Amino acid sequence: MDIFIQQVVSGLATGGIYASLALALVMIYQATDVVNFAQGELAMFATYICWSLINAGMPYWAAFLTTLAIAFVGGVVIERVVIRPVENAPILSIVMVTLGLLVICNSVAGWIWTYLQKPFPSPFSPNPFKVGNVVFGAHDVGQIQVTLLVLLCIYLFFRFTPLGLAMRAAAHNPVSSRLVGIRVGWMLALGWGLAAVFGAVAGMMVAPVLTLEPNLMGGVQIYAFAAATLGGFTSPGGAVLGGFIVGVVENLVGTYVSFIGTELKFTVALAMIIVVLLVKPTGLFGSTVVKRV
Amino acid sequence: MSTLLEVQGLEAFYGRTKALHGVSFGMVKGGITTILGANGAGKTTTLRAISRMVRTTGTIRFEGQALERRATEDVVQLGIAHAPEGRGTFVHLTVEENLKLGAWGRRERGNLKDDFERVFGYFPVLRERRRQAAGTLSGGEQQMLSVARALMLRPRLLLLDEPSLGLAPLVVREIFRILRTINQTGVSILLVEQNAALALDLADHVFLLETGRVVMEGPSDVLRKDDAIRRAYLGY
Amino acid sequence: MSARHLPRLIGLLALLLAACALPFVLSNFRLFQFSQVYIYAIAILGLNMLTGYNGQFSLGHGAFYAVGAYVSAIMMDRWNVPYGWTIPVAGVLCLIVGFLFGLPALRLEGLYLALATFSLALAVPQILKYFEHWTGGSQGIVLSKPSAPFGLRLNPDQWLYFVTLGVLVLLFWLGANLLRGRVGRAIVAIRDNHIAAEAMGINTALYKSLVFGVSAAYTGVAGALSACVIAYVAPDSFNVFLSVTLLIGSVIGGLASISGAVFGALFIQFVPNWAQDISKAAPWAIFGVFLIGFMYLMPFGIAGGIRLLWIRATRSRVQQEGRSAVPSQAHTTT
Repeated sequence: MDIFIQQVVSGLATGGIYASLALALVMIYQATDVVNFAQGELAMFATYICWSLINAGMPYWAAFLTTLAIAFVGGVVIERVVIRPVENAPILSIVMVTLGLLVICNSVAGWIWTYLQKPFPSPFSPNPFKVGNVVFGAHDVGQIQVTLLVLLCIYLFFRFTPLGLAMRAAAHNPVSSRLVGIRVGWMLALGWGLAAVFGAVAGMMVAPVLTLEPNLMGGVQIYAFAAATLGGFTSPGGAVLGGFIVGVVENLVGTYVSFIGTELKFTVALAMIIVVLLVKPTGLFGSTVVKRV
Repeated sequence: MSTLLEVQGLEAFYGRTKALHGVSFGMVKGGITTILGANGAGKTTTLRAISRMVRTTGTIRFEGQALERRATEDVVQLGIAHAPEGRGTFVHLTVEENLKLGAWGRRERGNLKDDFERVFGYFPVLRERRRQAAGTLSGGEQQMLSVARALMLRPRLLLLDEPSLGLAPLVVREIFRILRTINQTGVSILLVEQNAALALDLADHVFLLETGRVVMEGPSDVLRKDDAIRRAYLGY
Repeated sequence: MSARHLPRLIGLLALLLAACALPFVLSNFRLFQFSQVYIYAIAILGLNMLTGYNGQFSLGHGAFYAVGAYVSAIMMDRWNVPYGWTIPVAGVLCLIVGFLFGLPALRLEGLYLALATFSLALAVPQILKYFEHWTGGSQGIVLSKPSAPFGLRLNPDQWLYFVTLGVLVLLFWLGANLLRGRVGRAIVAIRDNHIAAEAMGINTALYKSLVFGVSAAYTGVAGALSACVIAYVAPDSFNVFLSVTLLIGSVIGGLASISGAVFGALFIQFVPNWAQDISKAAPWAIFGVFLIGFMYLMPFGIAGGIRLLWIRATRSRVQQEGRSAVPSQAHTTT
């Protein structure tokens, strides 16, 4: 039973990372019908920036927050400069541009920081703590806290601020948004900025566990796809919940099902995607778009 | 009486298809003008042209300012509110959120409470439903919401596209009664309608579009009383 | 054959003649590269049929490529089947597999189909490694390059070049007939508005599954050819990257286009090499820049870009002719 709780908590921790990245994917998808394949690589790049800042002597949390700010600006700039020229092109063409971003990010990161694995610090104490008989890793618990805090801030932002309302409107109905005076293009850019922030949080939380290298986010991205599929690509809340579920299931399957070693761990994510698509493609909380004929 | 809106030689394009072939008209401040015509005549396109939602050539002047080079968002800030065809409500957002968004384009944001009161005064049913998702409202209520949202801007010109579409006659009459009240507070209205009888009743000036050209215009009284014109162009 | 088509036909014949001359001019390595281009072109045409003409997004065509390659490899390696027979067998098998895959895919649209095929593509290397007994596991299967028959004085690379060219011409001709006729119109109608297509009496479920099958068959044939040309199959060559590469080739070349498949194949074969020449340190960054640049300049692919240029060129000619023919007309709205 103790092991079960430990694994659940551990699963929630990784789940938080999947949730963050899945939220980034879903935010952009909702507003533009485009899946940003570069989301994970942008997160990796932000994590490297944080590493450089820490290496230059900045204290962890200062570097963390600075990186979030840089990621936000980076996301906005990428949307305005790289995506905007093709915003009216067919969807697959825009997807190609995100693929281009993916390879550029990966390649440039390897060029700047080399492909050698680098250790990335965790801001949480290395000593596990005990509650009764159950042992929790401090990083796991800290990770969950950070993820929940970020998610809470975002929820409050979207729910209660005028700008958050305008962003929701712009994602939902760009034509009507223009008619009330919302600059939809800039709302989109802000969306990319926020998505980059979520990605950066995911990257900086997972780097201590997986060690930092250009392919850091490859596996995470696939789990994020599974999370978004499970929760529903049209539901940000669903994607977050999906992330936590995927994290827990992945951990439990890894612990209790013997023939799933590390190689086949991927298979869990893939199996989840296939099952969801066969049973309810729009996910737990997604809604089917009703089209007028 | 000052000119509020002046349109000269307006041509509008959807891609390479020309939908308006040199439309010219003017509106005075405080007036209600209606654009009539059959389906595909270019009525909605005219409103979209003013809101800068389609590519145009020709001049459009609002209170003396040229609109041709401006974006939709700027036109909204100048005081033109557009309640589009199909209502354009944000269906997943609440009634209250829809109304808040209506005020987004205002230059002086100020306190929204008074605006809410005013709008609920016109459309009490919206107050009852203020926390409901807009998509759960009936057609008539959504039309009211659409007009109410436009009013939140405190516009000087209200562009209304087919408010009667798909609504029960009683509801439509109610809405048109409220439009008259709104106009009396100083909001000019440019109304596109297929229901010619209702529109002629409300408006003081009319013009009739046929395949992108103005074929007739004048005071609504004159057109209403002239049987020949009515029968030829308005079908009743 | 109408007179209108004649210039195009002559152009194609000229290209074919030039292509046939290449083996006597180029090095073996270059021939190998061009054979690879033809193979990719066949695979991409398959993908174009499904994604471009029929609107079903596939991020997993590498799977069919792998099936074709392994079917061919296993037949050659285990049962000593001559390579020539393995190619149609691979095609037919992939036709069936694709059709069967197309059936559940009917329930999925757009993003969801893309996700499903993406997952399939991710799983391929692992599945291949799992069935070690047949596939030779991670080691793969080593084959030998077939030599030219009838004692023709061609080395294997030259012979295989002609084989791939021949299959390309055949499959493209078949594909063109299919896509430009009634079937093609039905397929496109389903893409543009499947409800209307259904209402017009087109059996959308059947057509969509068939297109999946034919699309898989084309890509499977390409895979089988690649087994012959490369003379080696291994699971890691058929990872998700292959599927993504095929999709890139498809979009760059032009999704709903037959010639686009060739342009796309040229892109995915040669641009990575150019990128390496430009920058040894970050070649994929250069590739990414090319990719983005092409999408900015030609969002509808190379074939789309060419078509636009052609329309502009002929439109100005028509306008000029219109003007001179009827001088009193103010202007024609196009």
